[in-house]
Amino acid sequence: MSDPKTTTVEVRLPTKMGYEKVAMSTAASVAKLMGFPEDRIEDLKTAVAEACINAIEHGNRLNEKLSVGVVLRADNDALEVKVLDDGRGIKSQPVKPDIDRKMHGDEDPRGMGMFLIQALVDEAEWVTGSDGKSSYVRLLIKLNKQAA
Amino acid sequence: MESETKSHVDQLKSPTGYPVAVLRFSGDISSTSKEAVLGTYEALPRETTKLILLDFTKVDYINSSGIALVIQLLIQAAHSGQTVCAFGLSAHFTKVFTMVGITKYARLFPSETEALAAL
Repeated sequence: MSDPKTTTVEVRLPTKMGYEKVAMSTAASVAKLMGFPEDRIEDLKTAVAEACINAIEHGNRLNEKLSVGVVLRADNDALEVKVLDDGRGIKSQPVKPDIDRKMHGDEDPRGMGMFLIQALVDEAEWVTGSDGKSSYVRLLIKLNKQAA
Repeated sequence: MESETKSHVDQLKSPTGYPVAVLRFSGDISSTSKEAVLGTYEALPRETTKLILLDFTKVDYINSSGIALVIQLLIQAAHSGQTVCAFGLSAHFTKVFTMVGITKYARLFPSETEALAAL
């Protein structure tokens, strides 16, 4: 039985770069309805966009036969977002980018998406499905917290 | 779905008389923006371009791939002895650029006037 205080919105995205903006807009609309301040909505939009890009690029490996699921669950004090793909999940946790190493060519200029996700929301976890053929990232942003 | 990145260059002078190349971007800055960001930068004459401003006033969306392109531009600029500053970022993207450390290599300003005055 669903919790009457919880509202769920689901979006299914094609595995195509650029469609992360549909998830961004949807998440922003839900967060606005919940009363999140504008700066936290911007944080959420970037985190959701990066999660979807990772799902499209790394999870589904740009396979257009697959899709990316985005499930938003809003309750009284927080918004949870799950971004699901058909990949095997990640092997390592996000690390903070080292700009000096990047500038000196010792670190790839890319690879900041997971760091941004973790830095911009209150909770972020990467989960591999029990079948080993799917995974998701779960983000949580709390209504009563100040900006990151 | 992605908004194409457009870019053009304006050649200005700082209040103290130094030539400044202003790279003005509009649209999204993402993985598809390589030509607009790096291509436009690489077309600048290296010998005469020592001060560069990046104008993000008309940019609504920057993702991590777009930020990586900005970092690649900064790497090339550092190798060429060029100074790069940026202006026109929203409060959110000013925070994001700060979080990833870009501000260590490119000063950010709210407006073009303030950026030019600092050069």
